[in-house]
Amino acid sequence: MPIYLDHNATTPLDPRVLDAMLPYLTGPYGNASSVHRYGRAARDAIEAARVQVAELVGAEASEVTFTSGATESNNLALKGLTEGRVPTRVLYGATEHPAILEAAESLRPHGWGVETIAIDRAGIVDWPAFEAQLARGPVRVAALMLANNETGVIQDCARAARLVHDAGGLLHVDAVQAGGKLAFSFAATGADLMGLSAHKLYGPKGVGALIVKSHVELLTQLHGGGQERGLRGGTENLAAIVGFGAACELAAAEVGQRIDRWTVLRARLEAGLRALPGITIFGDGSPRLANTVQCGVAGWEGEALLMALDRKGIAVSSGSACASGTGEPSHVLIGMGCERDTAFSAIRISLGVATTETEIDRFLAVLADLRAQAVAA
Amino acid sequence: MIYLDYAATTPIDEAVFEAMLPYLKPDGLHGNPASTHGPGFKARAAVETARQQVAALIGAEASEIIWTSGATESNNLAIKGALEFRGFPKNGKPVHIVTSKTEHKCVLDTCRQLETLGARVSYLKPDGQGRVTAEAVLAAITPDTVLVSLMWVNNEIGTVNDIEQLAPRLRERGVMLHVDAAQAAGKLAIDLKTVAVDLLSVSAHKLYGPKGVGALYVRRKPRARLSPQMHGGGHEQGMRSGTLATHQVVGMGAACALAAARFDADVAHWRGLRDALWARLQTIPGVLRNGPTDGDRAAPHLLNLSFPGVEGESLRASLGGIAVSSGSACSSATAEPSYVLRALGRDDETANASLRFSFGRRTTAAEIEQVADTVIAQVAWLRELSPLPRNG
Repeated sequence: MPIYLDHNATTPLDPRVLDAMLPYLTGPYGNASSVHRYGRAARDAIEAARVQVAELVGAEASEVTFTSGATESNNLALKGLTEGRVPTRVLYGATEHPAILEAAESLRPHGWGVETIAIDRAGIVDWPAFEAQLARGPVRVAALMLANNETGVIQDCARAARLVHDAGGLLHVDAVQAGGKLAFSFAATGADLMGLSAHKLYGPKGVGALIVKSHVELLTQLHGGGQERGLRGGTENLAAIVGFGAACELAAAEVGQRIDRWTVLRARLEAGLRALPGITIFGDGSPRLANTVQCGVAGWEGEALLMALDRKGIAVSSGSACASGTGEPSHVLIGMGCERDTAFSAIRISLGVATTETEIDRFLAVLADLRAQAVAA
Repeated sequence: MIYLDYAATTPIDEAVFEAMLPYLKPDGLHGNPASTHGPGFKARAAVETARQQVAALIGAEASEIIWTSGATESNNLAIKGALEFRGFPKNGKPVHIVTSKTEHKCVLDTCRQLETLGARVSYLKPDGQGRVTAEAVLAAITPDTVLVSLMWVNNEIGTVNDIEQLAPRLRERGVMLHVDAAQAAGKLAIDLKTVAVDLLSVSAHKLYGPKGVGALYVRRKPRARLSPQMHGGGHEQGMRSGTLATHQVVGMGAACALAAARFDADVAHWRGLRDALWARLQTIPGVLRNGPTDGDRAAPHLLNLSFPGVEGESLRASLGGIAVSSGSACSSATAEPSYVLRALGRDDETANASLRFSFGRRTTAAEIEQVADTVIAQVAWLRELSPLPRNG
């Protein structure tokens, strides 16, 4: 069995989540918009899942809109907030996911000022610079991720929310990587919108959510049918939504013990890494997700290392799966002010709920081996 | 409960479910198809096999298939993406779209949205059988027309538009053709090698695949060009970003392969059921068949009837053991009578007193008999209870 250490790219489905989904994959459930019995059963299942998702993140069920995934959630947030308005500015963190970055950049031709929010070498918002940036003029929305997908660095979104609100703007928080890996509350962050994904927290691929405070004016980006209170047209993805709900309920119950396990495992992993020469751990010293380590290995190319590890049956990543194979260094590390060579050497190791000590030790042994071979060659 | 609402959604076929299941288990097939390691490559391979299966059902090349979250997204992407690629609305050039009054809600809503941005849209009225002829479309074309969006099969009444005849004539005029084939795929033969459609939308959950996945066919030669509507990561040749849901995509592929393999048997089965139900129900005095009265010119899998003199809500309530629809599921939240039937010239009352029966692979002749008995009895009883004027 290969060793999978790429849980920030996607997680396997929790078998309990699959059990919850099965009746909706094999049963006679209908279209949730139909008014007959099969349709109503589908509707009830969706509403139950909405409560489960809301509870994981401390939101109201009425604030949850289901989407096809985080990319759609992030697109809906940024485009839905800006469409039809007199353009001002949209700001996003320099280390945001491509879904935020590209959705924001797509607004530029529509007249919006699109600016990045400076991130320091520790992966944290450069607060004085951000305050000065906000003071320069009106802002419609600022987008910041709660936890970074590559480095795992956790952002102080509550602080950002206060600053953005003082400037008359809204805060959208991409919480895709934080969901199920960090205890947090939508209400407490003060965010106005928040994106979530199921497949990063042991739920199915193909479903996500956008949490939206009731006061926020958002225009739908998928027209037709008026589902999700008019915010998102299209027949609901019933089984996946049920799976998302189940995954959120499990995450809410288990996040504490998951973090405890990861903290121990990651300490072992990082101790092993630090024993190797030329290792840099990115975001070291900043608050980070307990399951994530991104490190640079001096003299190595991350992509090559990834492939060498893959040949040994170990799956890690060199950054975002969404940017895989582009041949570009991680924009996250570049955004943190990291040199290109160091960024090129990066690999990301992300642990899962089933990751074991043995797997960590095996990974470290293989890495040391590859390194020894390279030195010998 | 007898389910005769297969046009709203179908259950997942067992064989499709079996194909999906390995991708839902934690046995090494859970990778992100965009990841460049073993688990990622395995997921990617499954996605590409599924792409070929979808392509094969409609006579396309695999490279012409873009995965989406369903037909609503496919239709949104096709129409908005085609206009945006031509610079709309930024370049200020006049833009005209031709569509019909009887399209699915998501096409109409998308067109209305584009109208608010300055596009001009012609909503053609169909003939009495719901058909929009090639002549009617061509007559509506202006020098500013960039896109025609027309459904192949109407979801409420089963009317088949003559896309084969229309497509080459639009090609001659340099107008793009988008076809919503959500109700057509697997119900009638589609070969895009010989029909010059530029963009075509398909949904999985109308053909025994999972909900939450669909596809947009985007022609390669000559190339149909679109601007993406969902940004981030550049998946799907840059046309649609977002992590692919491997199990769903695999399910759609399997459903398409199955639909292709069973095509003749499926069509014969549905046609038989439809004709049997109509043979029974046409004995009801004043009953009206909506859509083509000649069954050969209608999609095989559905039958839409109006029962003048009966109050629609009471009729549906009286059929408690039968799941049918009064129109599109997507419009059923609104208590409005079907806009499709209104476009055929039915008045509100008649439109409201209508039922759509749609048939599935497992629907039996005995169920059809039972449904026919119930409907005949209930219509007679309701008419006795509260005789509304019969204006049919």
